[in-house]
Amino acid sequence: METATSALTPSFPVMIGNQAESVMEDSDAKETARNTVGTPFVDAPRMTCRNVDVFYDEKQAIRNVSIDVDQNEVLAMIGPSGCGKSTFLRCLNRMNDTVSSCRVTGSILLDGTDIYHPSVDVVPLRAKVGMVFQKPNPFPKSIYDNIAYGPRIHGLTQNRSELDEIVETSLKKAGLWKEVRDRLNDPGTSLSGGQQQRLCIARAIAISPEVILMDEPCSALDPIATAIVEELIAELRTQFSIVVVTHAMQQAARISQRTAYFHLGNLIEVGATEKIFTNPLHQLTEDYITGRFG
Amino acid sequence: MNNTATTNNDLLAPSKRLVKRYRAEKRFRRCGIAAITLSLAFVFFLFFTIFSDGISAFKQTWIELKVEFSNDLFANENLAAADYPGLVKRSLRTMFAEVKSRKDKKLLYGLVSPAAAYKLQDMVEADPKIIGTVQEVWVLADDDVDMLMKKKIDRTVPESNRRIRDIQLEWIDKLVAQGRLTTNFNRTFFTSGDSREPELAGIRGAIKGSFFTLLITLALSFPIGVAAAVYLEEFAPSNHWTDLIEININNLAAVPSIIFGLLGLAIFINFWGLPRSTPIVGGLVLTLMTLPTIIIAGRASLKSVPPSIREAALGVGASKVQTVLHHVLPLAMPGMLTGTIIGMAQALGETAPLLMIGMVAFIVDIPGTFSDPAAVLPVQIYLWADNPERAFTEKTSAAIMVLLAFLIVMNGLAVLLRKKFEIKW
Repeated sequence: METATSALTPSFPVMIGNQAESVMEDSDAKETARNTVGTPFVDAPRMTCRNVDVFYDEKQAIRNVSIDVDQNEVLAMIGPSGCGKSTFLRCLNRMNDTVSSCRVTGSILLDGTDIYHPSVDVVPLRAKVGMVFQKPNPFPKSIYDNIAYGPRIHGLTQNRSELDEIVETSLKKAGLWKEVRDRLNDPGTSLSGGQQQRLCIARAIAISPEVILMDEPCSALDPIATAIVEELIAELRTQFSIVVVTHAMQQAARISQRTAYFHLGNLIEVGATEKIFTNPLHQLTEDYITGRFG
Repeated sequence: MNNTATTNNDLLAPSKRLVKRYRAEKRFRRCGIAAITLSLAFVFFLFFTIFSDGISAFKQTWIELKVEFSNDLFANENLAAADYPGLVKRSLRTMFAEVKSRKDKKLLYGLVSPAAAYKLQDMVEADPKIIGTVQEVWVLADDDVDMLMKKKIDRTVPESNRRIRDIQLEWIDKLVAQGRLTTNFNRTFFTSGDSREPELAGIRGAIKGSFFTLLITLALSFPIGVAAAVYLEEFAPSNHWTDLIEININNLAAVPSIIFGLLGLAIFINFWGLPRSTPIVGGLVLTLMTLPTIIIAGRASLKSVPPSIREAALGVGASKVQTVLHHVLPLAMPGMLTGTIIGMAQALGETAPLLMIGMVAFIVDIPGTFSDPAAVLPVQIYLWADNPERAFTEKTSAAIMVLLAFLIVMNGLAVLLRKKFEIKW
């Protein structure tokens, strides 16, 4: 991983300006994103991924993926099962570190900082890049403690009233405040599935991240709860960059500004959502969205 | 048409194959029920024999003596030097004035326990004013009298085959008629240590010995076991060393316990020079024995914590240690506690390794500290079962009952803890 990074950018500094990076990126882009069609890169990205390969032992799960995540956008990642979209998502906040056989090469930058640099600590990284999982996974603690846990361990608050404030605003942003304000001490697990997922979203935004990663956030929810969560994602876009992995193409079409199509570990096409769904450039994308496979 | 007819027939009269299948199912179910019934029958049989043998040990026979604390016996200033056994004998002689021959007198003295003399001494030392008075004193009867009262000695067998002579039977009947012989709750059994005299033997020493031993075991094996399980499950890299350690822990769980006793003898006693027969060494040996159980149970309960909880914690930026301490360990605790209590129950019932470190000695004193020589409950049972006196049979069963009671309480506690700390989602 480190060798690949330094090969890509000799004497790579921990922080580099957006300007310098975009110059370099242009020269690289011609080679590395050769097999990605569409518009994977944006002008002022929040996150920049270049030549990312992911291996599980010898097996390569992600091949040479380069893509940007814009500020205040919802980027949807679609593709058939096993295409590596979840694996790629979990590289963005180094959740793959927990899998010992997993190896990531290439560079992933958050605000110009290589998040795989040896001196980068995953704890602040995950505070900046929050994550919402497929299955709602509230802690078996009270609703209040679920939200307060992140701010507590990161020392974001000085006293109880500040913490109360964070809990309240997070729940409000997640659209859950009205439903739970009278029972903040009930266990988080006592909520319904959709409420639990919104609780998990509230938990993620309580530590004010810059990017929120969502791994099929609605696949365990019923259609009504799904609609509520989708609305919430649209609202959250004003403050956060959101990367959503989803199985449902319609969902990608409804909530995202840009869509990335993965196929067998390759990033086939990235483009504005309406373009991907109406006029895809690549044959594989077209086959997938027209339901020929997947 | 034809086709539908056969289908209907199939539904109405099940085919041979189906009938055979149902029969096989029934047979299988019956086998299961038979196995359970058989094992329950054995358990009930065990409990029944132990209870019917042991329940009488909680009662004890007492004889009321009329004791004259005459001044001439206490001429000496030193109260301890007085002839208390003589006082007991004298009391018996006055109560049964008709007994004259030396042989009969000996039989008469045999009615009361040697403890009677100690009791009189205690009374005098507690209150010297009773010297010169006549007191009615209840003293322990001899174990043979006790056995007779509990109908464990048969009056109908020929005199030569019985431990109580005809003439003693007469005296006893006389005492009963006078209301001078009674049986009531046996406090001695719970308040005293071991003794050569069955009527004086108690399990307090063994209970305290077991308590101290288990305290050491718990204090060492729980933290070490939990720490080892957490490290192996959550932090250890998966490589050949970890595999080797895991295999060895599993092997240790299967090592015969007497080997741990030999290890304790070689290391704790011979090499470290710790005192023999003591709860501290016993506790160390039992720690070695229970550690694998606790580690294996701990790892299993850590494994059963859903990975989504770990992901949730890591996802909000908790470090590995925070994830384990704040989320995983609390969820795994009920399973770990259950494993620990089951390990403790196993340690409570263990005899073999303790024989090796000298906890099998005959110890009368009740241990007061971790380094006092002590016996433990199962060893006490083993020692009593070895004694020839008839009265020790019921003591053995009674001690088993006490041990079983402790085990049931501990297992119940394990269930309660699991219920209490179990977090549902």
